[in-house]
Amino acid sequence: MASWSENPILKVEHLTMRFGGLVAIDDLSFDVGRGDITALIGPNGAGKTTVFNCITGFYKPTEGRLKLRHHDGDTFLLERMPDFKIARHAKVARTFQNIRLFGGMTVLENLMVAQHNPLMHASAFSFAGIFSLPRFRNAEAKAVERATYWLEHVNLIDRADDPASDLPYGAQRRLEIARAMCTGPELLCLDEPAAGLNPRESAELNKLLRYIGANHETSILLIEHDMSVVMEISDHVVVLDYGEKISDGNPEKVKNDPAVIAAYLGVDDEEVETVEQEVGV
Amino acid sequence: MAATTENRVIASLKDSLISAVIAFALFGPIVGLKTETEPGGLALSAHFGTVGVIVAIVFVGRLLLNLLVWKADRPITRGLSGLIPAQTSLGGFGKFVAPVALLFALIFPFLPITDRYILDLSVLVLTYVMLGWGLNIVVGLAGLLDLGYVAFYAVGAYSYALLSTKFFPMLVEMGYVGGGIMDWAFWICLPLAGILAAFWGIILGFPVLRLRGDYLAIVTLAFGEIVRIVLLNWYWFTGGPDGISRIPRPSFFGIPFSRGEGGFADTFNLDYSSMQRIVFFYYLILALALLTNLVTLRLRRLPIGRAWEALREDEIACRSLGINTTNTKLTAFAIGAMFGGFAGSFFATRQGFISPESFTFIESAVILAIVVLGGLGSQIGVVIAAVVMIGGFEIFRQAEEFRMLIFGLLMVFIMVWRPRGLISSRKPSIGLHSRKAIGAENVAQGQG
Amino acid sequence: MEYFLQQLINGLTLGSIYGLIAIGYTMVYGIIGMINFAHGDIFMVGAFIALIAITALGFVASTGIGLIILALMLVLVISMLFAAVYGWTVERLAYRPLRGSFRLAPLITAIGMSIALQNYVQIAQGARVKPLQPIITGGYTITETMTENGLFAVQLSNIQILIIVTTVILMTLFSLLIAKTSLGRSQRACEQDRKMAALLGVNVDRTISLTFVVGAALAAVAGLMFLLYYGVIDFYIGFVAGVKAFTAAVLGGIGSLPGAMLGGLLIGLIETFWSGYFTVEYKDVAAFSILAIVLIFMPSGLLGKPEVEKV
Repeated sequence: MASWSENPILKVEHLTMRFGGLVAIDDLSFDVGRGDITALIGPNGAGKTTVFNCITGFYKPTEGRLKLRHHDGDTFLLERMPDFKIARHAKVARTFQNIRLFGGMTVLENLMVAQHNPLMHASAFSFAGIFSLPRFRNAEAKAVERATYWLEHVNLIDRADDPASDLPYGAQRRLEIARAMCTGPELLCLDEPAAGLNPRESAELNKLLRYIGANHETSILLIEHDMSVVMEISDHVVVLDYGEKISDGNPEKVKNDPAVIAAYLGVDDEEVETVEQEVGV
Repeated sequence: MAATTENRVIASLKDSLISAVIAFALFGPIVGLKTETEPGGLALSAHFGTVGVIVAIVFVGRLLLNLLVWKADRPITRGLSGLIPAQTSLGGFGKFVAPVALLFALIFPFLPITDRYILDLSVLVLTYVMLGWGLNIVVGLAGLLDLGYVAFYAVGAYSYALLSTKFFPMLVEMGYVGGGIMDWAFWICLPLAGILAAFWGIILGFPVLRLRGDYLAIVTLAFGEIVRIVLLNWYWFTGGPDGISRIPRPSFFGIPFSRGEGGFADTFNLDYSSMQRIVFFYYLILALALLTNLVTLRLRRLPIGRAWEALREDEIACRSLGINTTNTKLTAFAIGAMFGGFAGSFFATRQGFISPESFTFIESAVILAIVVLGGLGSQIGVVIAAVVMIGGFEIFRQAEEFRMLIFGLLMVFIMVWRPRGLISSRKPSIGLHSRKAIGAENVAQGQG
Repeated sequence: MEYFLQQLINGLTLGSIYGLIAIGYTMVYGIIGMINFAHGDIFMVGAFIALIAITALGFVASTGIGLIILALMLVLVISMLFAAVYGWTVERLAYRPLRGSFRLAPLITAIGMSIALQNYVQIAQGARVKPLQPIITGGYTITETMTENGLFAVQLSNIQILIIVTTVILMTLFSLLIAKTSLGRSQRACEQDRKMAALLGVNVDRTISLTFVVGAALAAVAGLMFLLYYGVIDFYIGFVAGVKAFTAAVLGGIGSLPGAMLGGLLIGLIETFWSGYFTVEYKDVAAFSILAIVLIFMPSGLLGKPEVEKV
């Protein structure tokens, strides 16, 4: 049994998603190991983002089970929960392929919105907040502290009071990760975090993800096209093609899987060897 | 140079001529041929003189604009642009504008220029300021387009009117409470009216807040119309088109504004004057409006207010952060409705008479226009827009029948001139080092 | 049963008028994504121009049937033309300067334009209702039955036939226009992606202007039908009919042309049946409630494309 199946944070079992007649995901099962960085890869249109949308509740899966277990043992069946409850109770945070920041709000405000639920609780549904009771003031100070912590780690502390949409692209990606982390997630789902980054920024991203994995009770599931990121930081790689799993294992194993190469290069299995020779793998 | 000048003149002439032809097509039949009802049927009376004047104005106006502004090398309006303060400077300007305006509002009734007419007008303007602030929570902060806000205004007004003219007298008659309650009617009914309006906000909001954008707009518009039609036809309860009259006036915390013993003037050793009640109305609506403003400003800096603004920016991102968007929208709707209800009961007690006439779609449109023209989310913008729109509307009182026409055209003109409203920058709700205004170009307007 | 049939005929007639107006809303919404609040008032202006033209031409019911048809065609063309100028001007003055601006700005200018148009017509033509002598009279009796209250006849009047036939013809022509002509192609292209259409050489401004022109012309047709059917108009008919037609467009699925027609017919039918079987006073409440209920269960209307939430 592979290490990620020993104590998985998330077990995806027989997940199927159909849109009308189109089968986007077909009977997909895999495990996301606790504390691991798991990468979900596959050619364009393989159904990766659909898997994310099912896990985070934006789509309701047609069939299958998504079982999430916190490190303290609480278990959640994600396929039965609405999206905001998945974020709130199951503690699954995510980023989006086409960045979704609150552009007209400042960087700090973005991180404060991420701490909505604890703050709302502290403000006693605004009643304590209206009168600025100490209970709320302390909670707010703590929230700012947490936001500052993450801003320092994504290197945006100097831009805390700038509107989010004024940030350069790479910084927006980092801010989105910081915002997701401010919710205190058990599972962080990143949809193409390295897309559009230059090599230096990619390297910084790798560092950030490793830091998160090492210092927080957060496991990471990411979709990525940039193989340098995937191969360098992942503990476990799952490969999708046409909604089906074609390979599952550590980066080394997946890299050499003929089915994966075929999917990426678009040839029949029999021709893989010839192609491999041509490209020099 | 000479050649280009000549080209310019010819091009301008051509353009103006085309405009004149279009103007003729527009005004020729409708203005030129007036249908008159006569015994044998309809007849036409010609007014081509008027059409000629209008077409000439269009031609000359367009020609002058062409020559001097649009096609000119040195537009004469160049100097004017400096007169309009830029967005950013207005932001800083707002810092002392608000206290000065507040001070002015507080001493206003005692200024020598203030007479009964001006004070009445100010009460009206303040009512719209309050309504604008209330709607600003829904449209400006949460980004939900509500075209039926007047429904909550109506709910507030009718709640107060019905409670104070029917329910309370009934209680008194049945001996449950003493007759003295009538002096306190307004103060008891005011919160009740607000709560009822908020309740209606939730009832309406619950099913429809899942709708997005213009679907929400049309359903809120429909709701506003439904409320009006029901008020118009539920005769035994609401009085139908006759409305409700003899609505009790408010008391000064139990002391009525009446002549003679026990009245306000008598109690405070003043000479009786009908102005006292108007001054009281003025301060009452000022206090209510300021309460709305204060609560809004405070809520903006609380998690709920931030969630409203986040909702306006990106609803999907909100859901990914665990925010219950339905509840968040509902609170915005309910709180906005509550202030509408307060304003409604003020309206009822001030007028002493209400009927469905006062709660037509046009009211919703005017309130929305105040919010949008002022600049979505800007509190001071709402004040300026309310003064310009309602005050401006009064200035054209002499124009009588042309008043609404000018009003409509003014709405078009201001919006084209400043699409983001008069004050469009946004002040962050929290700052680590500083709170700099955010330019309008960054701020979203919401899809709800 | 007979009563039902009669209500059905009346409902279809009213629905045709709503449908014609609704097309203008749905087209404009499809192409620039805004509620053209002034559209109802363009319909009102169209009705007034038709009234003026009819009065100017001076024909009455006793004129020969051939002449009446000829004259009505002329009136139709005149009101379509002039209303089109209004549609074009409104777009040019109030919407084009705000193209690419924020969502609510054109909504406010549209409301402003609607207020301005209403009051302009009120000033120019007077506030009183304008009655028109019936021009097309007569009709057919479909069935007759004896009831306790006497003879009940199901009537199909000539004017109802005219309205339904004209609507069907116009709808057919209009569908062909959208499907087959280059204007229709540009229009559909702009609906899909305005920027890309512009890059491919579609004159976007012109296409949008033409959309307003076509919408206004159809509204003018509805205006003439309304005038002939009811025989009275005033400056305020635009608001009520406009809100109903917009409701129809949303009910059918805004952006969908067959949806607009279907929505129009449904709103017309709901109104007449409600008035016929329940109370006239609450017919608008019935129409609006149905709208709200449909939208709650089918958020993009009956025939609208379901909005897929892009995550």
